[in-house]
Amino acid sequence: MKVLIPTPLHDYTKGQSQVQASGSSIAEVLADLDRKYPGIRFRMVDEQDSIRGHMRVFVNGEDQREINTPLKVDDEVMIVQALSGG
Amino acid sequence: MAAKSTQKPSAPVAAPVTLLVATRKGAFFIKTDKTRKAWKIRGPVFLGHIVHHVLLDPRDQRTLLLAARTGHLGPTVFRSTDKGKTWTEASRPPAFAKVPEGEKGRVVDHTFWLTPGHASEPGVWYAGTSPQGLFRSEDAGATWSSVAGFNDHVMYTKWTGGDQDGTPDGPKLHSILVDPRDANHLYIGMSSGGVFESHDRGKDWQPLNAGCRADFRPDVYPEYGHDPHCVRMHPLAPDILYQQNHCGIYRMDRNEAKWVRIGERMPKTIGDIGFPMVLHPRDPDTAWVFPMDGTAVWPRTSPGGKPATYVTRNAGRTWQRQDKGLPASQAWFTVKRQCMSCDRHKNAGLYFGTTSGEIWASRNEGEKWSCIAKHLPHIYAVEAVDLG
Repeated sequence: MKVLIPTPLHDYTKGQSQVQASGSSIAEVLADLDRKYPGIRFRMVDEQDSIRGHMRVFVNGEDQREINTPLKVDDEVMIVQALSGG
Repeated sequence: MAAKSTQKPSAPVAAPVTLLVATRKGAFFIKTDKTRKAWKIRGPVFLGHIVHHVLLDPRDQRTLLLAARTGHLGPTVFRSTDKGKTWTEASRPPAFAKVPEGEKGRVVDHTFWLTPGHASEPGVWYAGTSPQGLFRSEDAGATWSSVAGFNDHVMYTKWTGGDQDGTPDGPKLHSILVDPRDANHLYIGMSSGGVFESHDRGKDWQPLNAGCRADFRPDVYPEYGHDPHCVRMHPLAPDILYQQNHCGIYRMDRNEAKWVRIGERMPKTIGDIGFPMVLHPRDPDTAWVFPMDGTAVWPRTSPGGKPATYVTRNAGRTWQRQDKGLPASQAWFTVKRQCMSCDRHKNAGLYFGTTSGEIWASRNEGEKWSCIAKHLPHIYAVEAVDLG
């Protein structure tokens, strides 16, 4: 499925803002991303498997906070960094 | 009180000096030749990353580790094996163990402190985190493992206190010290928590806070729960420990196992509160501090807006003010705990970085200061090394 990557993580995806990944849940998609782009998952998800405070994962436009949220093969996953700072 | 060296004396080294400067917005390398008269800035590297510490491995003189996070992304460690030309990320950064479903587990907010391991253990490094955690790498920073003897110690919660028992940036484990005589012998400092010691490479720990005050507690001499800001062990006399604490400046002869408050000899108008402390590379009786205002609501600025270092050359019996070249008034900066360092020249060079982004240098052990860089971001750490 299509996964949109925010600019702070482009160092991992060699500048790509959109990549392909597979999995039947957000957790599996993030694991697949980490296989392709080592290190990217831990920047987004902490060691207790919680999505970090300033990261958001939208599935088909819906904000999903649980890493075990199921996904369908044609879902679109958008990873964004939440508005913070000033 | 004079300390005897137990290690082989180290000769002065008239080498080029590089300052590894960690800032809130990236890292910088500020280099001079062996005359230490002109400085050149390289960087930033990792612009926009919050860099808490950059350190050179003294065992190979080329490996650098850099602890970073950003405002949005999780904490990690970057490593360079070519003196900072190229960097790769740790494949397993410091992280606490995952807890079972339904339990609340700890999460590393940032890696705060890096320490190379013992000379007999090439590739070994230690890292201290916020909240308080101790981690060890055996492959020069590529992968990190929890030091379970500390992180899972039955006393961990009591020793470290809650989330409110720490600094404004979060409670920290810092000042990881490795005894040059014995790789199994470690010290750590925690804000809060106090100073702790291990004789078995971190499998078990004991508090080492006797004699040290904790004025912010109802029992001012507790066994643990103190706030050491910076703990130093002299490399040539490893039984001599110093600490700049939240509640004064202290020195310990490890054989006596009791901290002695040597800051009481500081001028009363200045006090003995501060963050950093630096020891002379060859003289265990010589140490520098950078006092800050710890009165009333704790401004944490230079007292009276007049910054100065203070040096003792007799293990704390007397202190001398050193402010030549520093602003005479209206200078309200703070120097954080990792922001003061020295080199190994015959006349040791002293360096400090400020919260207002200035680097100050002295070629003569603090007798005269000059500003060698300004307009940098908020400085978190300064380490003086020989990068060739």
